[in-house]
Amino acid sequence: MNTNNLLYMWSSSPALSIAVWFFIAILAMYLARTTAHKLILNAGRSIKYALRLASISIIKLENRLDERNKQVTLNIGQEAKERLIDREFHRVNDIVTKDLSGYPALHRKISDTLGKIEADYHGSTDAPPTPPNWIQAVETIARFPQQGDPVTAKILEGIQETIVKTQQETFKLYQKNSTERQQLLKNILPENRNLTQTLNEVKSSIVDISERSEFIDKQMDQYEKIRSCNDKTVRTLHASSLTQFFVSGLVLIIAILGGIVNFQLIALPMSEMVGGTSQIGSMQVADIAALVIIMLEVAMGLFLLESLRITNLFPAIGSMDDKMRTRMIYITLTLLTILATVEASLAYMRDMLAADNQALSQSLVGLSVVEAEFRWIPSIGQMVLGFILPFTLAFVAIPLESFVHSLRTVIGSIALSTLRCTAFFCRLLGNLTYQTGKMMTHIYDIVIFLPLQIESLLLTNKSKASTHKTDKKSNQIIEKIEGVLP
Amino acid sequence: MKYLIRTLIAIAVVSLSACANEQPAPKTKAVFMLLDTSGTYTQELEKAQKIINYLLAKLESGDSLAIARIDSGSFSEKDIVAKVTFDPRPSKSNEQKRAFKRNIDSFIKTVKSSPYTDISGGILQASEYLNETGAKEKYILVFSDLKEDLVKGHIRNFSIPLANVNVVALNVTKLRSDNVDPRKYIGRLSDWSTKVVEGGGIWTVVNDLDRLESLIKG
Repeated sequence: MNTNNLLYMWSSSPALSIAVWFFIAILAMYLARTTAHKLILNAGRSIKYALRLASISIIKLENRLDERNKQVTLNIGQEAKERLIDREFHRVNDIVTKDLSGYPALHRKISDTLGKIEADYHGSTDAPPTPPNWIQAVETIARFPQQGDPVTAKILEGIQETIVKTQQETFKLYQKNSTERQQLLKNILPENRNLTQTLNEVKSSIVDISERSEFIDKQMDQYEKIRSCNDKTVRTLHASSLTQFFVSGLVLIIAILGGIVNFQLIALPMSEMVGGTSQIGSMQVADIAALVIIMLEVAMGLFLLESLRITNLFPAIGSMDDKMRTRMIYITLTLLTILATVEASLAYMRDMLAADNQALSQSLVGLSVVEAEFRWIPSIGQMVLGFILPFTLAFVAIPLESFVHSLRTVIGSIALSTLRCTAFFCRLLGNLTYQTGKMMTHIYDIVIFLPLQIESLLLTNKSKASTHKTDKKSNQIIEKIEGVLP
Repeated sequence: MKYLIRTLIAIAVVSLSACANEQPAPKTKAVFMLLDTSGTYTQELEKAQKIINYLLAKLESGDSLAIARIDSGSFSEKDIVAKVTFDPRPSKSNEQKRAFKRNIDSFIKTVKSSPYTDISGGILQASEYLNETGAKEKYILVFSDLKEDLVKGHIRNFSIPLANVNVVALNVTKLRSDNVDPRKYIGRLSDWSTKVVEGGGIWTVVNDLDRLESLIKG
């Protein structure tokens, strides 16, 4: 039985037939009203509860992820602080080893200098010469009055001359001694200057250590805050991670552009070495070889910076003993230099090939081949670029490490936001479904409003009749009661 | 340290094995150009020289190029003036191109006109050569007025196998008789088109030699 047959089942007139079907449908809907309402409301409620359950599970997952993210952020921050503090301690150790290890020698030097200064100082003490004891007796004799005796006068003159001579000699001796003392004091001056300089050096070292210890204290405070796992610290670390992510991402993009330039520089000459016709998949072997060289350079750079303990991507390298690490530094640096040299020669070959291609093109179009002036400038430029780029690419390890570390935090944040949004939409959808169910029951009633109205009218009349009957019975009872009462 | 050495060795082995397992590139091209040397058409050969130079500039390492003359009996290797498959190394390839150009220049200077024109034989020869190269894109360039004039007894009225071969007619000049009755020219082009398509090839006509870029794709 197809639709047409069903349509014309009641009458040949489609309008009449549709009206009959409509009437049947309304009747069926009216009869099934209570069950249909229950079905719709229950379906809405079930969906709402299912989605709420899903939302709760997602929120639980979100909380777990949030906790994990916090832990990851704190761990990263903690590791970074540990490295920073470790480095500062190493610096302090270097200062102590370099400057303060010579402290006993320095102390001896200062003691010697002070001893010398003291000796010189004692040596320079002013001791005026004492006049001879007989001078007083002679002076007394010299004061005797001259009574015109020429002999006495001559004796006294002799005594005076002797006294003057003695005084002059004593004065000269005093002068000589003073000069010697002055010389000793002059000798103290450079010693004193040396002492001041040495003490200044000690002061500088002490101040440096003091500053470093203040910095360490600050870092230790922050480290303690990280260990205490408070929210403010987590937020600060999170913001720092995002900044690192964007900055390192930007530097990585620059490095990738550098890699592309590098690739362009060596891809053509590589075809001279491995052939320009072979392919692996959709890529030319020459291109793959050029990419392999660039990747090797990046790998060497990674190992070099890892050996220098600038980055910490491979714990196995970082934990090697110093002797092995030093060997590795030399090996990776040598390999990197070899690769850079190979690249420089490839860049030169590229320039030669380009020149050859240009000459061929000129001859094919019938032009005479003209040797360009200053052709050596781009040749040298390409060679230098070919040599420098590998070393530049080697430093990509630093932003790469930052990017990898911050990527964990960023991915965590994105996952967290996604879960939060999903939970919210689950709840929203559940509530919407429930409310839609309610709305549908009303729409259902609107569709069957005619039988509902009839039912309502009938119920009203019945109610009125029942009320009238009740009133009548009540009146009778009241009358009976009034009759019984005196 | 061992870890580093192992990594380096692994990378080197992978690189070398990648190079060792290399296969010929599937995107190579092969071009066979037929030069009509009959009658007065030899005067047009300077134009052909420019087309050959264009082809030399356009073709890359691994591609093949052959130039043959159309004479009284063109289904012969003797009519191939020069042929080359360019070396994978760019420098060697450039040397081959220079040598090829010298050969063609010398041929153009010394060419003598032939009394008959066996275009079908030339196309058959070209088809054989192109199939041998194994190239992905195959082209036969026919530099001729397409007026075939066979030696009595030569049989050429059969379908030439030209599956996936692009046949390009270049510089199809109008003959004096075409001017009198242009239907002859149109009919000549139509006949060749039918013959090529029946053989499984793709037919194109390029008369404007300033638009050579449409000759070869890529």
